[in-house]
Amino acid sequence: MTHAYRNSLLLSAGLVVMLGLSGCHKKVATVSTPSAPPPSTAPAPTASITATPDTVTEGTPVVLTWRTTDATSVSIDGIGQVETAGTMTETPTQSTEYHLVATGPGGTTDASARVTVNPAAAPKMKESNITEAVFEQNVKPIFFNFDSYKIRPDAQITIQDDANYLIQHPNINVVIGGYCDDRGSVEYNLALGENRANAAKQALVSAGVSPDRLRTVSYGKEKQFCTEQTESCWQLNRRSQFTMDTSNQ
Amino acid sequence: MEFIRRNPLFRTPPVVLALAIMLAATSALPARAQDWVKVGTNLGVQHIRLAVADFNPGTTDPQTYSLKGIFDQTLYSDLTNAGVFDMVSKSMSPPVMPSSPKEIQLSQWSAPPANAQMVVFGSFGAAGGQIDVQGFLFDTRNQQSPQVLGKQFTDAANAQDARDIAHRFADEIILRLTGINGIAESKVYYVVGHGMHKEIWVMDYDGQNQHQVTHLGTDSNGPSISPDNSKLAFASFGKYGWQIRVLSMKTHRYLYFHEPGGTALSPAWSPDGKQLAYSLSANGNPDIYVCNANGTNLHRITAFLGPNVSPVWNPKTGSQIAWVSGMTGLPQIYTMDSDGSNVARMTDGGYATSPSWSPNGQFLTFAWNRNYGPGAPGGEDIYLMDIATHRWVQLTHGEGVNDFPSWSPDGRHIVFQRRIGNRTNIWMMLADGSHQQQLTHNGDSRMPDWSWK
Repeated sequence: MTHAYRNSLLLSAGLVVMLGLSGCHKKVATVSTPSAPPPSTAPAPTASITATPDTVTEGTPVVLTWRTTDATSVSIDGIGQVETAGTMTETPTQSTEYHLVATGPGGTTDASARVTVNPAAAPKMKESNITEAVFEQNVKPIFFNFDSYKIRPDAQITIQDDANYLIQHPNINVVIGGYCDDRGSVEYNLALGENRANAAKQALVSAGVSPDRLRTVSYGKEKQFCTEQTESCWQLNRRSQFTMDTSNQ
Repeated sequence: MEFIRRNPLFRTPPVVLALAIMLAATSALPARAQDWVKVGTNLGVQHIRLAVADFNPGTTDPQTYSLKGIFDQTLYSDLTNAGVFDMVSKSMSPPVMPSSPKEIQLSQWSAPPANAQMVVFGSFGAAGGQIDVQGFLFDTRNQQSPQVLGKQFTDAANAQDARDIAHRFADEIILRLTGINGIAESKVYYVVGHGMHKEIWVMDYDGQNQHQVTHLGTDSNGPSISPDNSKLAFASFGKYGWQIRVLSMKTHRYLYFHEPGGTALSPAWSPDGKQLAYSLSANGNPDIYVCNANGTNLHRITAFLGPNVSPVWNPKTGSQIAWVSGMTGLPQIYTMDSDGSNVARMTDGGYATSPSWSPNGQFLTFAWNRNYGPGAPGGEDIYLMDIATHRWVQLTHGEGVNDFPSWSPDGRHIVFQRRIGNRTNIWMMLADGSHQQQLTHNGDSRMPDWSWK
């Protein structure tokens, strides 16, 4: 469930970006189209609405201003009935289209204004919206043979996928953790874990990832993913694991 | 040469003899190896038969009795632990507590069943929050001038000071009778905790007086106390990974240590205390580096691909370093000069780690699993190797999983880590593998480092 929720967040964040790109040049959207043939006795209403500014970061208020003529009833979706002309302050939490409907004896007319809301933090934070779970789904660990830090053929395939993802997300920095199974000496395994982390780093660099984005840490046998004394469990512990580097934020 | 003369094999026919020499050249035979170990570690000296009388209570202060019990027990166990005395058991001793030279009757001690050559006695009294101890060492067979040692000690009346006085007196006796400084006042630094939560602790050599040294709330390990006991170096997991920390034991403040970044592990002091060797991965591979005590003047002395870690200096000369390298696969023990030249491989296979160099420069002790491999049971034992000949002897024999041996300052003892089941504790033994005794009991103590004095 957590994954699905995080995915939907990511999706909506993406939509916001896309909508923002398409809508951000329109300062005022004014539409005035009669929706029905006007009766001969009454003129059709006119309506306009503006939002200032039309692009904000989350938490910043916008001012809505609207005017109508020949209307007896005016409403804005999500706000409700309003005066036939006026201004008000709104603080949208997400990108919103303020849709105004003016109804009068001569018929119904609508108008709308768009506000694009960017997430609260700096634009770079778009990358940080990638959760650890999403990151781990895309940048998978690689595994090593017993007492070895050599990149295996299966690990080389994983590294290529990992590198592709990292190249597509150039603002993510990565910590590479080197891990060992719990046999052998603590101190030697810390050094071996460092070799494993470095081997993964070199493989990513060879696949096109900038070394400036990669930092190595050894966990040796100090942290275990699996604690049974079986070969399958030892294999799970002999790895280089990738996590997002948050140390500079 | 002492070794050859003592060896009974040399009374056998020449053909068998030649075979035996070839065999001895490639692998050691423990039964005979004991001999050269005893000679090299001074454990082979003729043992003096020593009796220790319970001390006479010097006052009627209620504290006297409880503290005297601690003192008597500590003094007796220090002299027993020294490993060079033939101790007269308390049940064989005359049931007397002579407080002064006037009160002792030497014939009581030299006669059976005690048969003591030397006897320790004296008085122990507490008064006004202070302990006053008079201690004597007498030669039972020298009626003319039997006094070998006479000492007076004064300290505060508490259990730790009672133990400390016993340690000091024991070391005086050991120095006088063997010519080598005792270990009763020495300390063992070690690690308590597991996983990413470990702190450095310290205790007396006998496992008493345990207390926490670091409070960093992270994974700190690989303690190394400087030769003058003034600085403790260790590896600690910080924000950017493993780094070397140096703690002043005088001010309990962390000292500046210059590090270029990269995984830094296993610091070791040179015998003059002016340099450190440690494992550093500054350029993508863990290598051995040497630097000044504050980290400056850093230079790399190994360039072998693979893990290089756990350096130790030859404490006798300061001109050589032993370390662990995985340059050929499984970790092996190597030695080199402290500038990186003259590399020599010491172990011939298996999984060998955690070297410690004997104070006289003659031996290495280390953890070795000679049959290590995927699927092999983890039988890791403590071994001792004569550096000049590569002859080795196994000191522990499959009881638990053993690692991190560290020499005592007198070269007669080794402290080490032993895991039995999921409980890891610190143990001590004589350097020939005998008299193994457990020092910690919390099940979570590891990586001991014995102080230099």
